[in-house]
Amino acid sequence: MSVPSTEARAVARGTVLRGRGIVPGIVRAEALVSPETISGWGGIDPAQGTIIERRHALCGVCFTGKVLVFPGAKGSSGWSGFFQSTRLLGTAPAAMVFTTVTTKAVLGAVVTRVPTVSEFDRDPVQVIRTGDIVEVDGDAGTVTIVG
Amino acid sequence: MLLTDDDRAMRDGRDGDAVAAAMDLLVRYGEGLGAERLCSVRNVAGTSTQPTPAKEKIAAEGGWNKAYAVINLDCDDEIEIPKMRVPTCQLQHGFSADALNITPYNPHLVELQADAEAFASDRGINILATCTPYQVGNLPVRGEHIAWMESSAVVYANSVIGAKSNCEGTASTGAAGLTGRIPYWGNHLDENRHGSHLIRADVPIDSFLDWGLFGYFAGHVVQEERPVLTGELGLPSQADLKHLGAALATTGGVEIFHLPGVTPEAPSVEAAFGPHEVPEPVAFTASDRRQMYELLNNQGDTEDVDFVLLGCPHASLDQLGEIAALLDGRTLHPGTELWIMTPRALRAVADRNGYTEVIHRAGGRLLTDSCPAMSRTAPKGTRVFATDSAKQAHYLPAILGIEAWFGTTADCVQAAITGTWKGELS
Repeated sequence: MSVPSTEARAVARGTVLRGRGIVPGIVRAEALVSPETISGWGGIDPAQGTIIERRHALCGVCFTGKVLVFPGAKGSSGWSGFFQSTRLLGTAPAAMVFTTVTTKAVLGAVVTRVPTVSEFDRDPVQVIRTGDIVEVDGDAGTVTIVG
Repeated sequence: MLLTDDDRAMRDGRDGDAVAAAMDLLVRYGEGLGAERLCSVRNVAGTSTQPTPAKEKIAAEGGWNKAYAVINLDCDDEIEIPKMRVPTCQLQHGFSADALNITPYNPHLVELQADAEAFASDRGINILATCTPYQVGNLPVRGEHIAWMESSAVVYANSVIGAKSNCEGTASTGAAGLTGRIPYWGNHLDENRHGSHLIRADVPIDSFLDWGLFGYFAGHVVQEERPVLTGELGLPSQADLKHLGAALATTGGVEIFHLPGVTPEAPSVEAAFGPHEVPEPVAFTASDRRQMYELLNNQGDTEDVDFVLLGCPHASLDQLGEIAALLDGRTLHPGTELWIMTPRALRAVADRNGYTEVIHRAGGRLLTDSCPAMSRTAPKGTRVFATDSAKQAHYLPAILGIEAWFGTTADCVQAAITGTWKGELS
């Protein structure tokens, strides 16, 4: 995974990213940042809430209860169904924050029923770091790095 | 999002609770996309029948109405699912009764799926049970808005047929069937369908294998965008186009491509790019071709092949004929299984015209409805498999933890007969 520069870190706390709300609701949780796109079908295990794609930077990492920050959705049209299963099996992320709007990612966020924001003024994958505490406001369309 | 009077009436319950829930989902989804409105569709391809752990639990507690409500409409209410408003079909799903005693797939799941099929059929859903509905009676017309899922079918519908679909999902197609509506966004708008990249083959592309390798390469290059493919191209068959699209949607998220002079929205290279300037081409060279072949084959070390899989996407009649001819009078290696996937409707033809008998006499199996990746099932003890599909070679090693070989259809049939992989790039 890429390590943000010290300069980027210096401005990070208190930073507000402004985008468009995709799914309403407000949640505050720890961020998990994926440097690469995520597959649903064949890419995650809904029973465990983990990424399982072999060559993925986050292979084996659990996203349950995290704010999942990622560039976008890739792969099969089963994407939304797999993320819906995480909700039904109790392993869903707390919120979604993604760079690129696609039908897979938006429908996936809607049926996972977690606050979601996209279409930012800056790339959230570059600004937010894994372990940051962020507040995702799907009503206002903002993501704030609070700690 | 702008709703018509009819949309609002559906949302407000005029046509019952299920239609209201469907419209509610479409509004949430459309607003999430930033769509300005919905558009009408009269052709939906989705999925409601394949058992999953979550679906099985919901169906056990609340029946198939509940399962459809939760999974296909994202609705927790107790609602009755009525007949679909527009023609809707079931895509590929899990293995069906024809796979019992042949595959190690759980018979309990076959039973569950049969129940779900009965429920879906009663609601007017045609159980085509294939990733290739366009081969078996679901052929949209050019310019028609449709709501399909299954990435290889969506790319085929957009590119080869010239129908307009986004890559939909389980819930959006579940709602589209009940309302005849889908967000007017992405590929539904003409201005979003023009090419983004020009890719030129500097090696001849004139075989099933080469169309797959070319697609596997172009998907890497364009990712989610729209390739225009030119160069030393032979006239592709329907099976070649099916393989090309599936490969493009494997390494990339391609939902539309153009083949100038072949596909309907590209009478010429210039037309494929619409108002945009034709970009500098990216070349597909002999070394790129070899690199793609080696990439697909870097998941195989052991030359003893214990499983051969053909028919991804589901085989056409011509492919079944070719496979039957290769198998005629031969016998499979005792330690090697051969499964060939095809739609139910084509299986019926293959049964009547003798392809099935030739395949079975050699020891191969003609199966329907599913594939090893969808059902997460291969013959017991499989360690090494071979396939002529770039898509299946890409996905199956990760899904089942097995080694893969990729080659021509003839290489694969030869491996099934000898038990040994001898494929080489010619």
